[in-house]
Amino acid sequence: MAATPGLRYPSNKKTIYDRNLNRSKNAELSRAAFAYLFVEMISYAQKRVKGIADLERRLNQQGYPLGLRLLDLLLTRLPPPSLRPTRILPLLQFIAQTLWRHLFNRPADALEKSESDPAQYMLYDNDPLPNTYISLPREMSQLNCAAFVAGVIEGVCDGAGFPTTGVSAHSVGEQEGGGGVEGRMWPGKTVFLICFRGEVLEREEVLGRGGSG
Amino acid sequence: MSYYFSIVGTNDKALYEHEFGTSKQGGDGIARFPTESRHHIQFVSNSSIDIVEEVQWSPTTPTSGGAPMYLKHIDKFQNLYVSGFITGGNVKFLLLTAPAAAPASRSSALASSARASAYPSSSNYNPTAPATEEAVRNFFVDVYDAWVKTIMSPFYMVNDKVTSPVFRGRVAGAAKKYL
Repeated sequence: MAATPGLRYPSNKKTIYDRNLNRSKNAELSRAAFAYLFVEMISYAQKRVKGIADLERRLNQQGYPLGLRLLDLLLTRLPPPSLRPTRILPLLQFIAQTLWRHLFNRPADALEKSESDPAQYMLYDNDPLPNTYISLPREMSQLNCAAFVAGVIEGVCDGAGFPTTGVSAHSVGEQEGGGGVEGRMWPGKTVFLICFRGEVLEREEVLGRGGSG
Repeated sequence: MSYYFSIVGTNDKALYEHEFGTSKQGGDGIARFPTESRHHIQFVSNSSIDIVEEVQWSPTTPTSGGAPMYLKHIDKFQNLYVSGFITGGNVKFLLLTAPAAAPASRSSALASSARASAYPSSSNYNPTAPATEEAVRNFFVDVYDAWVKTIMSPFYMVNDKVTSPVFRGRVAGAAKKYL
């Protein structure tokens, strides 16, 4: 491989195209490394924002490109035939199972459709990883650092062609309505609210009719 | 047989273009498009983006909830055939095939190209034959592999042009192997 001017190759002449995609399939990242990096990311964002909503938005933006990349990577690793999700429910199941297993080594805990709003879906996680290493001071108790994971989810949804108005993370651990016994068992319980846009629902309807018709 | 391969991003802009000819059956791997219709190639290719967007949502079975990535033969214009492939991130790969005329009538075909349809018609190219489909699908899968590696780079922003010569080499290699 001749070195072209302006392009530098590493000394062993291997480019990113020579690395196998499945090479890191079962590799595990050290938690300490992630915690260290995540804490730095939060303080980086914190220096530049003035409010909690803004901080959550920054974390969301940091996670978004991850979602786009993980979508394609995880689809290549599915056993063939790999199908792209075209309906909302398979997409959410893909997120709750495959994506969560890839990131946290366990599937998400619950997936619900909201009663009040047909465009809204809720994904529950009893103990999101980013929050285990963050302690919130009292004045910032509204903040939920799982906004980073919410950004990843938003990236996956947008990449698959299901634009959202936003994916946000809320803690429901300490509330009464958070499920009684479960609220006390999992104080870090977080719900991810996924709000799809209007055109997604329209397409769902058309596809739903076409499939059963 | 000449091919024009392009990758179209989510904003319908071309992120990558590559022309090549077949390396099988004595072809030398160089594309031969009639010069006056070169601009047709891009036009036809881009007009099939609409069809890709329509086809991409139809599931394989009513209950599967998913759709395959390889969309096979999706469009035909005069004598140009377009095959499509869509990635998980909604990036479209388009392969436009221009079958060449039989060698004996090559000179007459070039002479007549100014008159009737710009492309010599070749009745022995069947884009829906399983062998062709398989070859094109293998080509797309190889390119998809290289594509996923491209987007994994943290320096690659969405809908950037792909300029890496290594990527170009990969596409050319896959083309040589399968087409």
